[in-house]
Amino acid sequence: MTELNKLTISEAYKGLRAKEFSSEDLVNACLTAIGSKDGDINSYVYVDEDGAYDAAKHFDKKLSLGEDLPVLAGIPVGIKDLLNTKGVKTTCCSSFLRDFVPPYDATVVEKLRDEGMVMLGKTNLDEFACGASTEHSCFGVTKNPYDLERVAGGSSGGSAACVAADMAIYSIGTDTGGSIRQPASFCGVYGMKVSYGRVSRSGVTAMASSWDTIGSFNKTPEDVAIVLQAIAGRDRRDLTTPDVAVPDYSSFLDKDIKGLKIGLPKEYFGEGVDFEVSERVKDAVAKLEGAGAKVEEVSLPSTKYAVAVYYITMPAELSANLERFDGIRYGKKPQGNVKDLVDFYFQSRGEGFGDEIKRRIMIGTYVLSAGYFDAYYKKAQRVRTVIIEDFKKVFKKVDVIIAPVSPTPAFKVGELVDDPLSMYMADALTIPASAAGLPAISCPAGNSSTGLPIGLQVIAPQFEEGTVLQVASALSKL
Amino acid sequence: MLSDDQVKHVAKLARIKLTDEEVKKFGPQLSKVLDYMDILSEVDTKNVAETSQVTGLSNVMEKDEILTAQSTREELLDCTELPVESKQVKVSRAI
Repeated sequence: MTELNKLTISEAYKGLRAKEFSSEDLVNACLTAIGSKDGDINSYVYVDEDGAYDAAKHFDKKLSLGEDLPVLAGIPVGIKDLLNTKGVKTTCCSSFLRDFVPPYDATVVEKLRDEGMVMLGKTNLDEFACGASTEHSCFGVTKNPYDLERVAGGSSGGSAACVAADMAIYSIGTDTGGSIRQPASFCGVYGMKVSYGRVSRSGVTAMASSWDTIGSFNKTPEDVAIVLQAIAGRDRRDLTTPDVAVPDYSSFLDKDIKGLKIGLPKEYFGEGVDFEVSERVKDAVAKLEGAGAKVEEVSLPSTKYAVAVYYITMPAELSANLERFDGIRYGKKPQGNVKDLVDFYFQSRGEGFGDEIKRRIMIGTYVLSAGYFDAYYKKAQRVRTVIIEDFKKVFKKVDVIIAPVSPTPAFKVGELVDDPLSMYMADALTIPASAAGLPAISCPAGNSSTGLPIGLQVIAPQFEEGTVLQVASALSKL
Repeated sequence: MLSDDQVKHVAKLARIKLTDEEVKKFGPQLSKVLDYMDILSEVDTKNVAETSQVTGLSNVMEKDEILTAQSTREELLDCTELPVESKQVKVSRAI
């Protein structure tokens, strides 16, 4: 029998129902893998062994009594440490929240609990999800399972690595400018970034409120559909979730792609993108063409402005969101003596935040300050509109867009950490879809000559997650 | 290029205490990022509206009803490292 930690959700589901193994066996297998590999990889910042065994035994008992349980019940998952988990430490990988235990669950966590999930633990990220390498975590970097000298990507590096190294059956992450897709591509797994508003953000520490989305890392498109089904939909606690019907996502998995129109944006295959990355993506597109899809070149001329738009509006929103971290109601209080309340704020924030958070709060504060607001923030919001219009035009001609996720495969630990601008460029190809709030999935597209995974992304119009899954599923079978 | 004083001013607005070494380190890094933003001046946005959100929603209305609280007052107060008196968090003097 395959090692149980290597199973997909649907395989685990079938095995549990056939009584081939128990949920406790699944937890055992994942914890054994964590024990043997995670010392090197560092994908988990907290492993909740007792909680996982309790949940698994609870499930096994219910199943033995013949109860009808949801698909995700009894299946082990890793959750990004940005999502509140009631009673279980949630640190955002920041010194500021090192000992914080939230008093309530994020909506996504609550929904997965209702499904009967078995949470293995919390996974590593760049502090407050700010980074593209997981190097900005107070718990240290997550290494790439394919090459321990390289990063797993970020900010959801831990969630990507734990699935890639079979230390969870699936995981949950967040994507603001690429934080699910880029680590998924670096680690050779599927990573789903949903349309803005498709999944509730309640109980997830806000980074950039007009960009943040929640999604999953999986081993197959089928598994992506299962998780999305469980977490999508309107939530009264997050009023940016529109009342758009949630379709049966699994119904898209076997849909024929004959006649489907695929656009290849020329700007995503140009300067700065590795030749091997372009080639692997084009190879995959050729397979889809062979299966009956129609392929044409398209243009998204404003692509090159996306990084600037993002690194103005995101820090602006971040600086406002992180104003609530004052060390009073939660989080670390200052270590030394304080003069007064304002001094308390200065000290707790100076001590609690890491370098990248300080940089981004300062950029955000600067672009929002008197005299600079119009030149930076308003200008960026206008160019964001131009990016959105580009996509609208292209989607009049094609059904989906396929492009590389990251210009390069995983880079080395330490390579970009002191060069913020170069690190920001790692998001160049993932930001545009985020700017327009579009769904996009990162799919494995083979390896580089040095054995590193390469990913492609399938982007569709807003709320058309089903089409994204249709293409990902077709590709996985070719 | 941001001067040390400008860096200190922005940090002050953001209520972040920086060490002298941090001021020296962040100045050039922030300047490089802000200089890069000039690329946006290439785009003509004269008649373009600003995008502040992409939900397509405006004025979301809900029934005026109390949702079940997700946590109790005691659980919320447990989150602070500061002393709690009469169900309130005691902070440093404001003035």
